[in-house]
Amino acid sequence: MQVLQLLLSGIAQGCIYGLIALGFVLIYKATETVSFAQGDLMMLGAFAAFAGMALFGLPFWAAALLALAAMVAFGMLVELAVIRPILGQPQFSIVMLTIGIGYVLRGLITMVPGIGTETHTLAVPYKDQVWKLGGLVVNVEQAVVIGATAVLCVLLFAMFRYSKLGIAMQASSQNQLAAYYMGIPVKRLNSLVWGLAAAVATVAGMLLAPITFVHANMGFIGLKAFPAAVVGGFGSLPGAIVGGLIIGVVESLAGFYLPDGFKDTAPYIVVLAMLMLKPNGLFGEKLRKKV
Amino acid sequence: MRFLFKTSYAQDIALAKHGGHRFWYALLGLALLAAPWALDEYWLAQLNFVLIYSVVGLGLMLLAGFTGQFSIGHAAFLGTGAYTQGVLVNLGVPFPLAMVAAALLSAAVGVVVAMPALRVKGIYLGIATLAFGFIVEEVFARWESVTGGNAGLHVKSPRLAGIDFGGGEAFYFVCLVTTILCTLGVLNLLRAPTGRAFVAIRDSEVSAQSMGIHLARYKTLSFAVSAALAGLGGALYAHKISFLSPDQFSILQSIDLLLMVVIGGLGSVHGVFLGAIFLISMPQLIAMSKDWLPEAIGQAPGLQGLVYGVVLIAFVLFEPMGLYGRWLKIRTWLQLFPFYRRGMFKRQKSFTKSDRLK
Repeated sequence: MQVLQLLLSGIAQGCIYGLIALGFVLIYKATETVSFAQGDLMMLGAFAAFAGMALFGLPFWAAALLALAAMVAFGMLVELAVIRPILGQPQFSIVMLTIGIGYVLRGLITMVPGIGTETHTLAVPYKDQVWKLGGLVVNVEQAVVIGATAVLCVLLFAMFRYSKLGIAMQASSQNQLAAYYMGIPVKRLNSLVWGLAAAVATVAGMLLAPITFVHANMGFIGLKAFPAAVVGGFGSLPGAIVGGLIIGVVESLAGFYLPDGFKDTAPYIVVLAMLMLKPNGLFGEKLRKKV
Repeated sequence: MRFLFKTSYAQDIALAKHGGHRFWYALLGLALLAAPWALDEYWLAQLNFVLIYSVVGLGLMLLAGFTGQFSIGHAAFLGTGAYTQGVLVNLGVPFPLAMVAAALLSAAVGVVVAMPALRVKGIYLGIATLAFGFIVEEVFARWESVTGGNAGLHVKSPRLAGIDFGGGEAFYFVCLVTTILCTLGVLNLLRAPTGRAFVAIRDSEVSAQSMGIHLARYKTLSFAVSAALAGLGGALYAHKISFLSPDQFSILQSIDLLLMVVIGGLGSVHGVFLGAIFLISMPQLIAMSKDWLPEAIGQAPGLQGLVYGVVLIAFVLFEPMGLYGRWLKIRTWLQLFPFYRRGMFKRQKSFTKSDRLK
């Protein structure tokens, strides 16, 4: 029973990692860059939802939708303002740029008087409810996390598999120039991808908020989503979720069965082992450059 | 304008290319020698930090700027060097010997990190080093019998033959000599075949391999040298701070180091020093400007992060060559006056080429 309980909390935590990793993978698939700002976008999304509920007195669902819309716009704005001008520059410039964006977002949020420096709770309607299934105690918060992640995954998978937009995104991720010649508006697509990634991050933020709290440094959890993305294979959407689940479960089990200190390092040990054994990840594509 | 008339091949790789170099670097050397008498204690300490971070930055620049391997876990090497120095000096080992040991141990750790690095590229390497950095930080915190854990470790002041080198001025000269030796070493490495191999790997692994460069060996070597320099910097850092705790070597420190080389200018040794000056002077400037700003902004804990972020974004967008690139432009403007044209350093527009097909 205890193992099941641990697995459950690991899976719920893993879903959060998976959702953040989904953001990495979306951006990576479309623009071949890794966004270090993903965790901070998540933080901003959670703050947006909190602001909607606390300041404007909206019900949870309205605030959530509003936060999503605002963050999609914000993601596209970021892409437009800072990512687009250096499109095509070395990958590492863009990585540094996203680190900079993360710093700026974290700094800006602490400057909002009375909100940025405090820790808040997001008053979701399902807070502190528990289901009992046999001997298993299920937090509704955790169940919602798992359910929402599953729905989001199916939606994204369907989009990339069946919609014209998703296929165009895949094409531009493989070769921007060729995609452009085929009539795909690469720049507009990149904007959309950033908006989508910001939306996924916002969902992750709102799901995480009831479990932890809303505060300026909650974005650091994004650093644990990197192992998730790598374990799953950086270019694979299902891989991101599976990787997230693996990392979450490993972390949860390591926290219980292994000595102190392994809980926080377990994800990184897993990712190092993964990189040594199978650098392309579980679902990664195997491609070689031919000269 | 200066025209160099070359009469021998040795002139191509000479460290000082012409009289101007000799004059200005000699002047800089004299200024640095005179610094303890010209500056008060506080500014000397800041200069000291600039020197220490320059040594660490030289290591990261060699790896990131010249070999093209990005490390987001360089604080781990810094920490390895610092803790080695601290533990050995506390045991009574003479400090120059401890510094050598710190550099060697860091280099050994660097070789271990290079093992996954040989199989992975680009962002995967970044994440591998990131993961490694987290693990090392946790080791510092948990290995309490050696590192003192989260309670920290006090480092005794450096002594040799009964003389205390821990004072501000004496230690400044220790740092200065180390920095100069490291800089000359790196400059010499870069004009030797090894350094050329590093640059070849950075520019194109496939062509480097075709030219007979053993990728695995040179990448490992680059990691080892880079880690050794970071460890050496860490050893100096341990004495300067004289109190070590694991959170000094966290991911934030790693990102600061990366920030330093990117803002200084990737691929230039000058950039290391400019970046170090930026990294050390920025907190001071921010602290000074706090009184001028409205309270909500000036007192926010995230102010420093915000400024770093904005500066970083501005440099990546407008000045990818960093501070050194800006200096190059100014110098060209002066040299060509009045013939400088706006488009001389313009970046070429390009589409992203997939990195995955490597």
